[in-house]
Amino acid sequence: MADLGSAPIPPVGPDDHARGEGKEGVVVYADLGCPHCAGAWHRLSERSGRLVFRHFPVTSKHPRSPALHAAAEAAGRQGRFFEMVDSLYADRGRVDDPHLWERADRFGLDLARFEQDRRAEEIQARIKRDFQSGIRAGVAGTPAVFDACTLVAVREREF
Amino acid sequence: MIAVGDTAPDFTLRDQDGEQVSLSDYRGRKVLLVFYPGDFSPVCGDQLSIYQEVKPEIEAKGVELVGISVDSFFAHKAFQEKLGIDTTLLSDFEPKGEVARAYDSYVEKMGFANRTLVLVDEDGTVAWTYESPNPGEFPGANVIFDALS
Repeated sequence: MADLGSAPIPPVGPDDHARGEGKEGVVVYADLGCPHCAGAWHRLSERSGRLVFRHFPVTSKHPRSPALHAAAEAAGRQGRFFEMVDSLYADRGRVDDPHLWERADRFGLDLARFEQDRRAEEIQARIKRDFQSGIRAGVAGTPAVFDACTLVAVREREF
Repeated sequence: MIAVGDTAPDFTLRDQDGEQVSLSDYRGRKVLLVFYPGDFSPVCGDQLSIYQEVKPEIEAKGVELVGISVDSFFAHKAFQEKLGIDTTLLSDFEPKGEVARAYDSYVEKMGFANRTLVLVDEDGTVAWTYESPNPGEFPGANVIFDALS
């Protein structure tokens, strides 16, 4: 079992999903099934600077999230990670498998490879690694936005 | 706040299925009591959902997770189903908040428990506690794993 005790978020590395220029920017732990994340993602994408996406699927709350995160990772294997993320957040009502295949086709992905990749153990492990790093950093809801290693934004709620 | 080393006050409450559950039922096992304000609140939903995600890792450390709030067991059942969780939820419903009061978790002016974590060890002794600064914040699961390390 992985150590899930407190630790800062890992520094951004070459295998992170990063968009935008430069080394300054934010890291967001997000759930692809989360409506609040969809709104935040749209706003964050309009900012300048680097935007790093880390997986934080809360499966009990959003049962389709594991499939959506796996689809994004599989699209990423063919260079279309952010296209998939943008599309999933932009059209949250169409997240069943045929909708994923339609997106894969639209992005010009090799569908057979996409199907194989999204079920691959390495992809599950990659998603889990992000999730566990979020747990260790104290992520307690999505989206959670970090600037450097400091949590700077969470969704505000009374209780 | 109840202190480490205290004997954890025993209680008997109904779970989400209406079954009577006592703290003493857990004797010989560790149990983490998660007091929370109320079913269906956004933060409580996030808290129990996040904890559900790491429940296997918590259980792997020999600890059972139990939520407690002032809601009825009917509400607990609906909340459990809504969240898709299987964490036991106990109903501190009547007398309202009696168990939360016994653990110094009850917030009188709000009428519900603060977010309080109490780890009770195998012999019924309080081994660790955590209380959130306010009901709007909940301790990330990392805090639990820090306590269990």
